Amino acid sequence: MMSDLLGAYTLLAQYGHLCDTAQFDEWLKLFAPTCAYYVKPRENEDLGLPACIMYCDSRAMLEDRILALRVASKYNIHTDRHIIGLPRLVGNGSNGLSIEAPFAVYQTEQEGDTRLFATGLYRDRLERDGDEFKISEKMVLVDTFAVQSLLATPL
Amino acid sequence: MLSSDIWSTKDYSRVPYRLYHDESIYDVELQRVFGGPAWSLVGLEAEIPNPNDFRTSYIGETPIILHRDKNGEIHGFVNRCSHRGALVRRELCGNAKDHVCIYHQWCFGQDGSLNGVPFRRGFKGKGGYDKDFDMKEHGLEKVKVGSIGGVLFATQSEEAEPLEEYLGEAILGFIRRIFHRPVHIIGYHRQRIRGNWKGYAENPRDNYHAGLLHEFLRTFGLDRPTQVGGATMDRRHRHGVTWGRSESGNDAAREAYASAQVASADMKLAEPTLVAYYPDRNDDINIAIMSLFPNCVIQQIANSLATRQIRPRGPNEFEIFQTVIGYDDDTPQMKQHRLRQANLIGPAGLVSMEDGEAVEIVHRATKASPDDCEILELGGKGEISDRDYRVNDVPVRGFWSYYAELMGIEPEGAVR
Repeated sequence: MMSDLLGAYTLLAQYGHLCDTAQFDEWLKLFAPTCAYYVKPRENEDLGLPACIMYCDSRAMLEDRILALRVASKYNIHTDRHIIGLPRLVGNGSNGLSIEAPFAVYQTEQEGDTRLFATGLYRDRLERDGDEFKISEKMVLVDTFAVQSLLATPL
Repeated sequence: MLSSDIWSTKDYSRVPYRLYHDESIYDVELQRVFGGPAWSLVGLEAEIPNPNDFRTSYIGETPIILHRDKNGEIHGFVNRCSHRGALVRRELCGNAKDHVCIYHQWCFGQDGSLNGVPFRRGFKGKGGYDKDFDMKEHGLEKVKVGSIGGVLFATQSEEAEPLEEYLGEAILGFIRRIFHRPVHIIGYHRQRIRGNWKGYAENPRDNYHAGLLHEFLRTFGLDRPTQVGGATMDRRHRHGVTWGRSESGNDAAREAYASAQVASADMKLAEPTLVAYYPDRNDDINIAIMSLFPNCVIQQIANSLATRQIRPRGPNEFEIFQTVIGYDDDTPQMKQHRLRQANLIGPAGLVSMEDGEAVEIVHRATKASPDDCEILELGGKGEISDRDYRVNDVPVRGFWSYYAELMGIEPEGAVR
């Protein structure tokens, strides 16, 4: 039980680190071979509407997102800082864990001004991979659904 | 500040940056553009399908309520209590028989009329309103609402021409093409941009920025500005549609881009269905971006369908409120395809996120130079008219020509 939670902590810490240092190819390795990644406005979730602002229901689509970010997307030049809160264990089975963790992402632009870019909740399904966990599904529920400027880098 | 002298050309091929930044000009826009005879996009009938469904929206910065009454008719009224000016309806949407202001409990009916006032006769025989207090005079201010295929437009002006005339035959055809069968809401995308609302109104009226700014399109070989298509306007040039046909590109595009040292389309997506197009109707138009004066974009990008409402928030900020839709008879596969293809649009859209950055860097760089101008000459100067090719920014000049008319600042001898 404690070791499972420790595994989740480790994964989330690494997740934030890889986002904030823009190592997205390494970030992709945190996901399982079969995986999904969604960024969904809280407004849609509350209204029971399915649309997301990022919707990758396969590993291929997630890889395409990262490819597009590297070769095509143009966005405000910035760095991110993820502040990820303590995960709450929602479910625990032989295959893996379900957890929820609150997050805040601050964005700093080139001249040093920082703004709260987004806050919300991670709803993650983690699957066992030896002694570690991989992300099999990540739902990023965004409270800050009036997106500031634009969203290019993953939350 | 605000006079016909601000234009250095008569054909709107030069637009002074002052128009993006000046607070006093913005205040006039709220009165003469949004409060004037233009029809603004305010929502979709599909958002309020049942009797007593309501939804809040905006005309400019004026908060409004759209309410479908028990007979199915849609009413629009200003969401500001006629008593002391509070928001009457605080929720974004819901279902209710009436609207009660929380401040002093004034109660308004389905058409905005005033139905109840506490202490009207006073308390225990003392006080109350005078006898000449007439409930009929104190309903919520009405706005005119019109529907084209379920797309709701509203105006506060008595002088506004009928909605169908305002849009014109060509534009009506493009709207009805998208709304040719019942739609439902898939979700909302919201984006706050640190720029001027008109900078965003200009953006979709020039189609050629797409292939240049949205590098995703050309990296993955999806959209070429030289593919067959065009720019179509209404007779007064205030609205513009840019459109293109699928499977109609040619190698001229590569040559055109070669001079700009643009990467060739040799990259492949791991999941190519992201950009697949399955015709939703009997034509081969796979991209149609309708820009309707003043605040509306209706878009088809392959199977990705949405309306975008520009909600101004002062001269230096606006929201893009995007409503993503699908057809009621979509198969489960098409439902999934539309959710996937929503990756292309909105604040994180693979072919749209750059618009936010583009408008912001324009706003940042132009603030200090109010008398300098942008250049709008692609597709030629002079008379504003349709083009049978996509690479032009004539519809942007069309936008400014009607803007100048409403603002009362047309240059003498304006070329339109």
